[in-house]
Amino acid sequence: MMRTADLVATAANALRSNPLRSALTALGVIIGVASVVAMVALGSGAQARVQQSISSLGSNLLIIVPGASQSGGMRMAAGGDTQTLTIDDAEAIRAQFPDAAAVSPSQSARAQIVANGLNWNTRIEGATPDYLIARDWTVEQGRFFDDAEERQARRVVVIGATIAAELFPNMDPVGETMRINSGSYEVIGVLASKGQSGFGMDQDDIVVAPLSTVKRRISGRWRRADTVSQISVKATSEETLPRLQEDVTELLRQRHRIRPGADDDFTVQNLSSITEAAGEATQVFTYLLAGISAVSLLVGGIGIMNIMLVSVTERTREIGLRKALGARQADILRQFGLEAVTLSVAGGLIGLVFGVLGAWGLTTLADLPLVLSPLNAALAIGFSAFVGIVFGAYPAWRAAQLDPIEALRRE
Amino acid sequence: MEAPLIAANDLVKLYEMGEETVHALAGVRFEIARGDYCAIVGPSGSGKSTLMNILGGLDKPTSGRIVIDGSDISALSDEELATFRNRTIGFVFQSFNLLPRLSALENVELPMIYAGKDPVERRALAQGLMKRVGLGERMGHKPTQLSGGQQQRVAIARALAGRPALILADEPTGALDTNTGKEILALFSELNKEGATIVIVTHDLEVAAAAKRTIEMRDGRIVRDQVNAVRAA
Repeated sequence: MMRTADLVATAANALRSNPLRSALTALGVIIGVASVVAMVALGSGAQARVQQSISSLGSNLLIIVPGASQSGGMRMAAGGDTQTLTIDDAEAIRAQFPDAAAVSPSQSARAQIVANGLNWNTRIEGATPDYLIARDWTVEQGRFFDDAEERQARRVVVIGATIAAELFPNMDPVGETMRINSGSYEVIGVLASKGQSGFGMDQDDIVVAPLSTVKRRISGRWRRADTVSQISVKATSEETLPRLQEDVTELLRQRHRIRPGADDDFTVQNLSSITEAAGEATQVFTYLLAGISAVSLLVGGIGIMNIMLVSVTERTREIGLRKALGARQADILRQFGLEAVTLSVAGGLIGLVFGVLGAWGLTTLADLPLVLSPLNAALAIGFSAFVGIVFGAYPAWRAAQLDPIEALRRE
Repeated sequence: MEAPLIAANDLVKLYEMGEETVHALAGVRFEIARGDYCAIVGPSGSGKSTLMNILGGLDKPTSGRIVIDGSDISALSDEELATFRNRTIGFVFQSFNLLPRLSALENVELPMIYAGKDPVERRALAQGLMKRVGLGERMGHKPTQLSGGQQQRVAIARALAGRPALILADEPTGALDTNTGKEILALFSELNKEGATIVIVTHDLEVAAAAKRTIEMRDGRIVRDQVNAVRAA
């Protein structure tokens, strides 16, 4: 029985005797593992970015919009003129469910705004003070409007960071005035920046005004005074969110007098389920990238098999001699198998280093977070060892089967 | 009386060569005692190489029985044959067959590696054997840095490693000039005097004359088996 240390020394000696060939053989695996690691990191980075930006919309948040949902609940915006949600619906939710930490009915409109002689077309969100809590906004300068200002439909606005930068460059916007359509409004606060949403929208391109102000003065084309385009409901915790979603749906069905079996005339969107769906989509993208890279790892494995077969042919006499001196088939099998596995695992380790460097470069270029998981690294190394075993097995078996008499006769 | 080291009875080896069946061995019977020094001679095609392969545990007879050092070759599995070659046989080849990447000393260690011997013990034994064949100063040399005669001495040291019952040499002087060949044969005679059983396969009658006994083969049969009258120095 051959000692393990001798087996390792024998295999290492063989690989060292032809360093260029060993390096070129390992190169296939290096490229394969490097691309798998880099692509998985890139995919995970994209995934992290999407989830991060979706959760920036607000955590534990239900968004209720008018119009029937299509199956799956992924529909983001219901048809234009449906007006089934009312301010009273929002009041009812607030009154009935203690788990609703914040409820804010809101009305969106688009409008042209002017300040300092600068023009800007933006989204005006008419909301209640709860909007700040429901949507996880923070006020960076100044203040948000209060309930009294909302009730009185005061001409005050809080602006997003983009508006502040575009219309009030190099100055403090708080206390300044801006024109929306033809009316004049006072800027009382600036919101802290949230960046882009998961859907590529600039969340900071927003003006928030009291709901009554918007209903009365800006979105006047709405036929009914009490309808809203959206109700935001924040649950007290992640645990109470699913229950709250059911309760809210049930309450609204009652209020809207929807018969059992009939479709809802509103849609309750749960942001965490949207996050999940988007996460799944990017996960598929990650698998796709990893799968394509795995093909190059496979090609690397075939390269190992090719070189090992050449090596067995070249070393026929050596194999014959070793057998004559008492090497058993298992000894020869292990020696050549170990050579293949050493090549692939060494390739895998080097590939891991290049893969991490590549991942760093790609995510820096694409401005994505760098997500490296030890599991993926272990997987890449494990897979390369597997490739070595699979593609090294046949050449090693061929070597072990050689007839020593024939092998020794070979010149 | 002590049992012979090798006892062969009615050995037959057939090869299928297309339509024809060739009798490489057509019923061979002989015994070789421990401590003997025997040459097997004959022209090519006489069956001497086939006999050597069977003696070395590299091949099995088609029929008949051969027992070497208590092992019935026909009854051994491939793995047992490998162990048999490792423990019982020391091969010396015409073309030396040293591994070029290993040093002379490491080449001598090779059979002991497959025996699983302890590295320290192994190295000490290999060093002793290198000194025995007169190459105590060349242990770290690679085979390519040694002359043909020196390479064959390394190969003989390797054959002695593990104290095999039988040294089996196939044309050991075939690749050497006359003088070097004589030195190698002298080394064999010394080893024989020290107790080693040696079988040399050769077509060279001068080489055969160095042995104590000559078995001559022709067409797969033993045609002559005699004790050599005059021993070469």
